[in-house]
Amino acid sequence: MKSFPEKVSRVTYHVSRFTFYVFFILLVFASAKTALAQQPTPSDDDVNAIAKQLYCPVCENTPLDVCPTQACAQWRDLIRQMLAEGKSADEIKQYFVENYGARVLSEPPRTGFNWLVYVLPPIAFLAGAYILYRAFRSWRALAKQAASTGTESPTPDENEYVARLEEELRKRK
Amino acid sequence: MSENVQVTTTPPKRSVPLWAQILIWVGLLGLLAILALAMKRSQQGIVKVGDTVKDFTLTTFSDDAHPAGQQIRLADLRGKVALVNFWASWCKPCEQEAPDLEAAWRAYKDSGEVVFLGIDYVDTEPEARSYIAKFDITYPNGPDLGTRISQAFNRNMGVPETYIIDRQGKLRFIQIGPFQSVAEIQAIIDPLLVEK
Repeated sequence: MKSFPEKVSRVTYHVSRFTFYVFFILLVFASAKTALAQQPTPSDDDVNAIAKQLYCPVCENTPLDVCPTQACAQWRDLIRQMLAEGKSADEIKQYFVENYGARVLSEPPRTGFNWLVYVLPPIAFLAGAYILYRAFRSWRALAKQAASTGTESPTPDENEYVARLEEELRKRK
Repeated sequence: MSENVQVTTTPPKRSVPLWAQILIWVGLLGLLAILALAMKRSQQGIVKVGDTVKDFTLTTFSDDAHPAGQQIRLADLRGKVALVNFWASWCKPCEQEAPDLEAAWRAYKDSGEVVFLGIDYVDTEPEARSYIAKFDITYPNGPDLGTRISQAFNRNMGVPETYIIDRQGKLRFIQIGPFQSVAEIQAIIDPLLVEK
């Protein structure tokens, strides 16, 4: 049979052990919750990957990732903040379009007259290629014709002229 | 002699098919028409002193009283003199005139005859709010969403820019760059208040 002080110390031991476990479990939960609540901070590369698809709304033709102004720094911070909130690249770009207009996009949206930007260059390229093809064909046809009619070879008159020229040159030597 | 006779035959002329020629000309004329339209549109949009300002609606930054922001339509301000100021938190000259604009607004606000509108041009909201708090700006301010308001004026070349509109909705004054004093602002607004 255990004495009273022994019983007390045993109870104290169990209570302190229980308390330790409770604290340990609470600590684990608290850490996990904190870890879940925090998104990893987006790196500069993450921010610039989106920023380079956007243009500074106030400077002419300057991509947002290389723009040195304070305004652009604010917009890059905004991208970082939105990425940390878990927003996708498309959502961020949409936010920029709604707030600053479609001109911030490096690629114009494929709507209305903007289609001309995508359609005209290939058409112009194909038209140029066709014109060149026709020009080469006509040049080749002319060359063939010239060869068949013998216009390239010197005529007897020309032969006589060449012979006289060579004679003159020999005399001068 | 017959050796020297050259037979010159003209190669059959290959011309571009008619349908292709028509297509090319139609395409070129279409492009010219688009360019002409775009140029006409950009010229028409420029608001000049004396012109009626195109209507726009400003959605102000949300606050406790207006959690979704307040909608202010320019057309609803007819009968009052309106001062429309474009600014941005990243704009240093804007900071120079901000206290003067606020002082001028406080001088007029009880009269109910003048309205000041602050248009936050291509800015980020947290910094814009800090700017408003820093200069204790009390007149309505809101973002230029999609730059629609600056496009209504179509001559926004930078900030700050201020447009003063009379009671009839006609543009009466354009200030490019910051105002230098409260007196300068009042010297423009006061004569417009006398007009009916």
